[in-house]
Amino acid sequence: MRIYADCAATTKMRHSAIEAYREAAETVFGNASSLYSEGQRAADTLFSCRKRIANILNCRPDEIYFTAGGSEADNQAIASAVRAGAGKGKRKIIASAIEHHAVLHPLQRLRREGYEVVFLPVSTEGIVSVDDFVRETDDSVALVSVMTANNEIGTLQPVEEIGRLCRQRGVLFHTDAVQAVGHIPVSTKDCDYLAASAHKFGGPKGTGILFARKGAPLFPLVEGGAQERNKRAGTEDVPAIAATAAALEEAVSGMEEKNRKILSMRERLIDGLLSSLPHSALNGSREKRLAGNANLCFEGCEGEALILYLDDLGIAVSSGSACTSGSLDPSHVLLAIGRVHEIAHGSLRFSLDEHNTEEEIDRLIKVVPEVVNKVRSMSPVWRDLNAGKRKFIL
Amino acid sequence: MPLYSEKVMDHFRNPRNLGSIENADGVGEAGNAVCGDIMKIYLKVDDGIITDVKFETFGCGSAIASSSMATEMIKGKSVKDALKLSNKAVTEALDGLPAHKLHCSVLAEEAVQAAVRDYCEKHGLNFEDLK
Repeated sequence: MRIYADCAATTKMRHSAIEAYREAAETVFGNASSLYSEGQRAADTLFSCRKRIANILNCRPDEIYFTAGGSEADNQAIASAVRAGAGKGKRKIIASAIEHHAVLHPLQRLRREGYEVVFLPVSTEGIVSVDDFVRETDDSVALVSVMTANNEIGTLQPVEEIGRLCRQRGVLFHTDAVQAVGHIPVSTKDCDYLAASAHKFGGPKGTGILFARKGAPLFPLVEGGAQERNKRAGTEDVPAIAATAAALEEAVSGMEEKNRKILSMRERLIDGLLSSLPHSALNGSREKRLAGNANLCFEGCEGEALILYLDDLGIAVSSGSACTSGSLDPSHVLLAIGRVHEIAHGSLRFSLDEHNTEEEIDRLIKVVPEVVNKVRSMSPVWRDLNAGKRKFIL
Repeated sequence: MPLYSEKVMDHFRNPRNLGSIENADGVGEAGNAVCGDIMKIYLKVDDGIITDVKFETFGCGSAIASSSMATEMIKGKSVKDALKLSNKAVTEALDGLPAHKLHCSVLAEEAVQAAVRDYCEKHGLNFEDLK
């Protein structure tokens, strides 16, 4: 049996979501923009899904926009706020240094285009400081973007506080809540934009949710139709949206209890690995992080080799290793929390959800150290560390 | 298409000549930990022939496979022939590497060169003459 411990990458679709998809695909195949009954039935389903999702996110149905994914939702929020700001001479954008690439890359491009983009540093715990944010905020700010929970190390950011301060100062605030929605209580109360992604909580891939507060500037990225109240052209994928609503409802039901179970597995995993593997460390705050996330560094090894050997042993986990991403630089998140390159190269991210079991944790605690030790035994760095030719960092 | 060829995965899963050699005649290292790849090659040389070779690698799957393949390609060869080992030959022997992993085969070539250079220095030979 394989162990899937990469739920932050994607999740298996929930049965409830697959059922909702199947039912909608069979019964409401019409185009939601069509005037006849088939179309209107699709429009009805779409509306009821919008309402159910709005209920959970604590907002109005007409503040929910369906997109083709979390990245698109992030991109659209940023593009809209920046465009509106530019019209008023506001050309400064503030974000955390550990944003997901769906936020980071558009902001880096905007910087190249001449915008002033400030990336706020994070503590070694992986958390942005509200004071830094306050110091940077002035009248020229078009947008503040801080993720709710980090995708690599799971750390929770003070988004409610930052959101409230933005509101007081009349600055638009966006939060990438892709890792948070369906996993922790998330409210749209204090933000102008919020991005979520269905496949992170047991829904289908290719469906994103953008919350945009009524009155917040919103411009379409995809043009060519009046769908989503003129903000996102393209025939709505009603079955996928039905599956998204079903998945989100299941994800949030009994969330607290599920999180308790996940947290206890996660804690056992961290303790088990740290106690059997010297010169290892947890990345990011242990307390202020998603229940399912355990991201660790193992000195003297490289992450990709760990992943591939673990895969052979039936274990799916991921890494912030550069080698897995096609670039030579290790994770910007691990660097931002102060890990040096050679340590950041040797990281593993375990992300659990309620479908993982205690038996799986037992196996991880047994197998992962074996693989880390194997990779260390192959490593000239590990040899030098033990020979005293190189100083241990962890 | 999978990231790596069957050949790469075979050398990654079953690395040839993994380990170190006590009192090696030549030891060479290439890469650095900051970039995420270090290869170390140990040579045992008798009469100009590489009779034994071992490697240690800190790095990704293709780094491990490249060093494993490189050791296999120079074992039993003369040190002079070992210097002719090119990154291209290593890559071809592995049935190719993804574009962003080609530097791994370059490191393998560099590590072999460094090991032979060390062998020359230890044995009073002129490295440039060998080339």
